[in-house]
Amino acid sequence: MTDDELIWRVSGGSGDGIDSTSQNFAKALMRSGLNIFTHRHYPSRIRGGHTYVEIRASEDDIRSRGDGYNFLLALGDSFARNPKEDAYYGNEELKPLSENLDDLREGGVVVYDTGLLDEEDVAELDLEARAEENDWHLYPMDLREIAKEHGREVMRNTAGVAATAALLDMDLQHIKEIMGEAMSGDLLDANVTILEDTYEDVKENTEMTHDLRAPSGSYDSEQALLSGSNAIAYGAIDAGCRFIAGYPMTPWTDVFTIMSQNLPEMGGISEQVEDEIAAAALAVGASHNGAKAMSGSSGGGFALMSEPLGLAEQTETPIVLVEAMRAGPSTGMPTKPEQADLEHVLYTSQGDSQRVVFAPGNIREAYEQTRMAFKIAYDYQIPAILVYDQKLGGENTNVDVEFFDRDPAPDLGSTLSEEELREAAHDDSGKFQRFQHDPEGAYDDQFKEGVSPRSLPGQQGGRYLASGNEHNASGHISEDPDNRVAQMDRRKRKKEAIREELDTEHDTQQTYFGPDEAEYGILTWGSSQGAVKEAVDRLNAQGHSVKALSVSDMMPYPVDEVTAWLESVDEAMVVEMNASAQFRGLTQKELGRFGDKLTSLLKYNGNPFEPAEVVEGFEANINGGSTEDLQAQVRFEPAAGD
Amino acid sequence: MSAFNAVDEEREIDRDEYTPGIEPQPTWCPGCGDFGVLKALKQALPEAGKTPEETLCVTGIGCSGKLNSYLDTYGFHTIHGRSLPVARAAKLANPGVEVIAAGGDGDGYGIGGNHTMHTARENHDMTYIVFNNEIFGLTKGQTSPTSPKGHKSKTQPHGNTKTPIRPLSLALTSGATYVARTAAVNPNQAKEIIKEAIEHDGFAHIDFLTQCPTWNKDARQYVPYIDVQESDDYDFDTGSRREAQEMMTETEEKLYEGEVLTGRYYVDEDSVSYQQQKQDIGEMPTEPLAERYFDDDYDWERSYDLLDRHK
Repeated sequence: MTDDELIWRVSGGSGDGIDSTSQNFAKALMRSGLNIFTHRHYPSRIRGGHTYVEIRASEDDIRSRGDGYNFLLALGDSFARNPKEDAYYGNEELKPLSENLDDLREGGVVVYDTGLLDEEDVAELDLEARAEENDWHLYPMDLREIAKEHGREVMRNTAGVAATAALLDMDLQHIKEIMGEAMSGDLLDANVTILEDTYEDVKENTEMTHDLRAPSGSYDSEQALLSGSNAIAYGAIDAGCRFIAGYPMTPWTDVFTIMSQNLPEMGGISEQVEDEIAAAALAVGASHNGAKAMSGSSGGGFALMSEPLGLAEQTETPIVLVEAMRAGPSTGMPTKPEQADLEHVLYTSQGDSQRVVFAPGNIREAYEQTRMAFKIAYDYQIPAILVYDQKLGGENTNVDVEFFDRDPAPDLGSTLSEEELREAAHDDSGKFQRFQHDPEGAYDDQFKEGVSPRSLPGQQGGRYLASGNEHNASGHISEDPDNRVAQMDRRKRKKEAIREELDTEHDTQQTYFGPDEAEYGILTWGSSQGAVKEAVDRLNAQGHSVKALSVSDMMPYPVDEVTAWLESVDEAMVVEMNASAQFRGLTQKELGRFGDKLTSLLKYNGNPFEPAEVVEGFEANINGGSTEDLQAQVRFEPAAGD
Repeated sequence: MSAFNAVDEEREIDRDEYTPGIEPQPTWCPGCGDFGVLKALKQALPEAGKTPEETLCVTGIGCSGKLNSYLDTYGFHTIHGRSLPVARAAKLANPGVEVIAAGGDGDGYGIGGNHTMHTARENHDMTYIVFNNEIFGLTKGQTSPTSPKGHKSKTQPHGNTKTPIRPLSLALTSGATYVARTAAVNPNQAKEIIKEAIEHDGFAHIDFLTQCPTWNKDARQYVPYIDVQESDDYDFDTGSRREAQEMMTETEEKLYEGEVLTGRYYVDEDSVSYQQQKQDIGEMPTEPLAERYFDDDYDWERSYDLLDRHK
């Protein structure tokens, strides 16, 4: 952690407005010219239960939540239950304070609401003693009372933000602006009064002992603050997706909600249906009839999609699915991130897997790769899956507004018009030859390799049968061995052509960090990218020679790129959030070697990696695997050998 | 200009157009009730003015799933129990296409029962034909969701202890706005009912009794049948949910007593289809979504224009 960054943690209970308070404060910090990165921690519960949001704000190009934090606003949990130490879940009332102390850095600031946090309970935390030991600066305030004076009790969040601003020497201008955009009338007046009065009161009457102040910064261009879920939804909208079907499940619900709120205005259709089997089947049906369609879920719901996914593979119906991973198995930890559904997403459904899987590593990649998923799906008539996690989906960061200023891509891909259908081959029954063995020859290489273009119901001259059974050129069920091999080989050809296209026609979707000539490597995938990036910067600053590769193409795997990179390093540590080293396994399977070069750093306690943990893991790695300095909940695994 | 000129095409339609030029003979067993559905469909579609290329026939898995192999329209042979979610989304993407879904009793009342319930309550403008033969045929004679109590099979060697599904009552309580039962042995009524179902503006559920001469030899051949509209013994209002429910209950019970009642049971003349309701509240475009992808002049919305809320 550098001195010129703020990592503000606001804690309380679910239902206490922590999300909206933090969202507004993050925006205010962004408008003051800072780069933002947020992290959301919440329980699977509507009311009460320990929840917090962290906002990291810095002039630097930050890519992760950072290490620990330096400012705590503990609001109290107004829905806390069972306030006893020996209850299954401990003293819930005290959690906004007690659960957060371990991560607070030296010199950190604590504001806590004495209106909700019982002084006697607080005393039991030995807060004073710990503060002295760690140079923490404590500012107990009765935020609830301040809120009550001017408005309603729930406005204590506003009082807390005002106290934060006063203690950090922040200007209130942006906070007020945002409040004015979010509310009006008496509500706004009351909140502004609380904001101003608390701010003045703290400035005048509080003796400030801490050094921390809000950092300052500026941008060259206009910024927007958005989450990975926003980026995926916006990528889909810009790819011309106007049909989504889904069933609620955390954390996928965010994407589903954003799409459902925007599609009607755009003449699109959103369907909330009975289960995830139906959701994926609807996407298949909509695409079959000529819409760009998507569906998605999280692990358990995605398991139900296995069969429709296979149907899309076998009938060559383009669809895009998103899978928002959370900690498993089964219901696991519904609101906590993990990267343990990789193998699930790659292989679920019977038969040889015929799909594309991308794992974006940050918010920009989430947008870009969603667009690419639609392009590949519709050009190649293949399901494309975006696998991400609760962390990427929920974290907000600022992006140049200009990044989104680009042309939409609503093209339906390899679909014929009625005019083109008149020239196309038909069988003696008049059926369109939808699944030709040699479409390259039949269409003079007009379409991608292995792709036999489709017609849409309602078109003249296009009728054919789509079947999940193996089928002949007209789509009729066929178990003829020659036809079977020809169809399987053609579908396989598509996947090879996709790899070729990704390698040669587009910028790589893999992200590289650190000096090219570095000795050591860190290999990662998906949302662990940010922590790895910051760790690499730090390690090089400390004199190590390290670079990192963050892989997004899970299937088809970027064999040439990863091979070249692994050949260039002496050793590589694979960083991922699961217990069975799934990505390391995939890499060894795809490359067939490097078993003696690859070690693993794994974390599966429900919290994402912090950069310092990656740094410590790397040090363990180069020290020959000594794990003495590692935090107990991060696991290092040595190389398995070839 | 439409990109889908088979939709609403006005022309004379020959019944033979629905019979494939290659392999016109279905491979179902001799005497199978499925022939009756196919024949009735081939008659009803032209009478309802639907051409092969404006029709999409979506099927599940089983003998009934082969329906669209022998009906020369657009077809989608999906997976077991999932014809309805595929079919209803196809309808939403291009409402001009006439959508007919079909499957067996295992498909619609067993593995896909949840979809039957929910598609009915959404009241999509489509026809659903359930080939009800009270048995799993293609997998060689296992007890199905409509097999009577006591039915013995290789998988229920001591007899079925489960109460059979009540197909008509299930459709009605789920929200279907047209519910009928017909039988393969009653081709003229079957044709008329399918035609009415196609013309009905909402979810039309047809429980179609299709005898299985190979695996359900014990079962009746669904003769003689009684048309409840034509019989003097029955008098009820198909517009009344309450009266329809009573008549359905009687019909479902009598089937297991050896009396085959058929006909229309519930017809909601005021039915407003799902798509219409969605359009009325602004959640579905009035022009078919599929057309938009062929419209070179359409000004596609961009996420760039949504960013104000994030600044």
